Amino acid sequence: MTILYLLIPLGLILLGIAVWAFMWAVRSGQFEDMEGAAHRMLMDDDDPRVPHSQPSKPPLPRDDK
Amino acid sequence: MTSAANSCFHCGQPLPTHGHYAVTIDNAVQPMCCPGCQAVAQAIVDNHLSDYYRYRTANSGTARELVPEALQKIAVYDNPKLQAQFVITTDDPKIQQTSLILEGIVCAACVWLSEKHIQHLAGVVEFRVNYTTHRAFLQWDSSLIKLSEILQAISAIGYLAHPLDAQRQEEVFKRERARALRRLAIAGLGSMQVMMLAVALYAGSYAGIDTELAHFFRWVSMLMATPVVLYSAWPFYLAAWRDVRVRQLGMDVPVALSLILAYVASLWATLTQQGDIYFDSITMFIFFLLSGRYLEMQARHRAGDTAEAMVKLIPAMATRLAANDQEEIIPVSELAPGERVRIKPGETVPADGVITAGRSSVDESLLTGESVPQSRTRGDRVIGGSTNIESPLEMTVEKVGQDTVLAAIQQLLDRAQREKPSLAKLADQVASYFVLAILIFAAVVALSWWRIEPGQMLWVVVSVLVVSCPCALSLATPVALVAATNRLMKLGILTTRGHAIETLSRVTHVVFDKTGTLTYGHLQLDSVVISGPLDLARCLALATALERGSEHPLAKAMLSSATTPMLAVNDLLAVPGQGMQGEIDGVRYRIGRLEYSKPENISCEIDATRVQTRIILADPTQVLAVFYFQDRLREEAAAAVQGLRDLGVEVMLLSGDRTAVVEQVAHAIGITQWSGELTPSDKVARVEQLQQQGHVVAMIGDGINDAPVLARAQVSLAMGKGTQLAQNSADMVLLSERLPHVPLAIALSRRTLRIIRENLSWAVLYNVSALPLAAMGFITPWMAGIGMSASSLLVVLNALRLSRVENTAVPLANGTITLSSAAKA
Repeated sequence: MTILYLLIPLGLILLGIAVWAFMWAVRSGQFEDMEGAAHRMLMDDDDPRVPHSQPSKPPLPRDDK
Repeated sequence: MTSAANSCFHCGQPLPTHGHYAVTIDNAVQPMCCPGCQAVAQAIVDNHLSDYYRYRTANSGTARELVPEALQKIAVYDNPKLQAQFVITTDDPKIQQTSLILEGIVCAACVWLSEKHIQHLAGVVEFRVNYTTHRAFLQWDSSLIKLSEILQAISAIGYLAHPLDAQRQEEVFKRERARALRRLAIAGLGSMQVMMLAVALYAGSYAGIDTELAHFFRWVSMLMATPVVLYSAWPFYLAAWRDVRVRQLGMDVPVALSLILAYVASLWATLTQQGDIYFDSITMFIFFLLSGRYLEMQARHRAGDTAEAMVKLIPAMATRLAANDQEEIIPVSELAPGERVRIKPGETVPADGVITAGRSSVDESLLTGESVPQSRTRGDRVIGGSTNIESPLEMTVEKVGQDTVLAAIQQLLDRAQREKPSLAKLADQVASYFVLAILIFAAVVALSWWRIEPGQMLWVVVSVLVVSCPCALSLATPVALVAATNRLMKLGILTTRGHAIETLSRVTHVVFDKTGTLTYGHLQLDSVVISGPLDLARCLALATALERGSEHPLAKAMLSSATTPMLAVNDLLAVPGQGMQGEIDGVRYRIGRLEYSKPENISCEIDATRVQTRIILADPTQVLAVFYFQDRLREEAAAAVQGLRDLGVEVMLLSGDRTAVVEQVAHAIGITQWSGELTPSDKVARVEQLQQQGHVVAMIGDGINDAPVLARAQVSLAMGKGTQLAQNSADMVLLSERLPHVPLAIALSRRTLRIIRENLSWAVLYNVSALPLAAMGFITPWMAGIGMSASSLLVVLNALRLSRVENTAVPLANGTITLSSAAKA
């Protein structure tokens, strides 16, 4: 059980790192928009191979013009 | 959300019966309901952003009314005097930044669409939308692009953006949120670690543990609990100290007292190596309490954000005329009596005054409740705050600031707010008696144990305080209120004052205003009288084609009822204040005022008994049709009234409009108690009369004239598109503008109150049964800890049932209300 005298202080150091990481996250605004990021990553429209972003046909002539 | 074949692909509204609007999106022709949606959808397709329709999870807002209104005001935002309020210039003088509020964001795809579209504009440095708050951060190069152009681009894709005063509350909220998160994190991490060691210690005391090791564990626990007790729990000590200083006992007093006592006792136990430690209980207690407060704060901020979103920086600007008729745009506050101002159609009259030139009709509905625009000409008085409708007016300012009619209403409002019956105080009083009782009980227990066994006294007292720890009690009400507030928010009802839900549950009378509340508050095409050879559809087609180029409010009303494809017009000409003319299929048509449109030497019979606003369509030989406009009733008004009746609430209608009109509306939706031609103070008097009879009154209104009575009623709701003043004086804001949500809100508030009562009785029951045991010394600290946590958890879970109220949907089409959950309440 003597190993606990080493492991627990080690755990404390890890705890310190966790606290520091959390503080950093709060400071850098990671908690400001909790929903947006989740959706944003799904809309990867920057892929050049995805063709549908380009209009393939001119829009129908509208009858009010 | 896919749209059915008979609804607009863009906004999901039903398609007009005769109309035909369509946009080709991803190679498929999609139907649109109106020219507004068509324009927005076309702009999205033209900018290669049609992916939006694949990503979106909710229908867009309808663009029908949004576009013309938005376009009108946007240009003013370039005014440097106005910009000074909300624009920040960065280190590079060309680069400017501001915060915008985006209206119309319904799903994540909207964020994507607006970011894509705006980022691509030349001169935009950064444009980033926060999905949670619907705010956008905008940075642009003022030498390349104007702010109004960016706002215009946003409105082209169907959203309405307006700047907000970035300095105001945003920063305060952000700091407060960050601080609360830090405290919560420390408490969470700390309590987990301490709990882990506590489990080892409990197991050790059962199975045997090395004394050295146990001692070491206690020291480590103390080390980790100390920041939690000193840093995370700091707000409780502050609040308790504040309570003690003003001699008002709040929940924070026993909380702080038990924390300090338990901590000091544990500290003593650790240092002297005798007695029990409570570090696990207190850290967990702090963590629970902080979580509750954090949720509460977030709901409050969200409400604040939404409320702030409505504080549009509406340009309070006036066009002042110099002696040589030179126009100058100045803030309204700089106006002085005797100065001449010009008021363009659609603008707000900046102050009270007398018209010196021009002839127009003026919409005073927000000030008086009068639904039909009033004709005003040279020599007539106009009231500041009313809207000029038809043609430009020039007036001499007579009164400004405190002397205006608007300011008088404001004073009435202030008085009503001061006299508002305050309920919150009563609740505090009850809580403070409870706290006092607990403290006295603890003192009695301490005294008894002092006599019986002084060595045990401290531990028992701490046990009593921990067990009676008003955790569940102090969570019971706020958690339920937060859940209800969030639920209401999802329905589109914003709660701005704390007491609103509680008071709403006791409502016996609901009083409606008419103009803008039961009706839409603006003119819409009511009826058409055909007097020529052409049929209705043709007349409508001609009229909308001619009015398309006009900014006139009646033209907009005409366009919004357009159902036919647009005809091509040649040689379109607008005569300000008179009407429009143009050539369609070789015939010259005129539309507008009678004197303008009517061909000379042709008599035209106009039904003089009709009070509604009208415009006349004519060709060179005859009058073809007369269009009458009227403020239309909201479709769901009758359903809302019925819903309120079903809840056993009486419904009344108090309006400033003429009695005949009020009577008509009251009959149409089945309200039996109504009055018209009331001044703002009459309305207040009526409500006071009801209150004296012991009734609890909820008032629903939108106008400036409603503000005093909104403040006077025990609980009040303002319409989302209502005036600022009305919203400020109301306890809740009906952002959805859907009247059937009012009975829903009342039903929900009744449920909330029931859950609060359940929570409170559970908490009291638990405390009452646990206290004697603790007082007799039977309850060990870990038992107290588990009991406290379990009772808190139960209270929270019970409250969360509120956010899962099923079957509260209100179908738009038939206007019936599903109140399965309300029926139980």
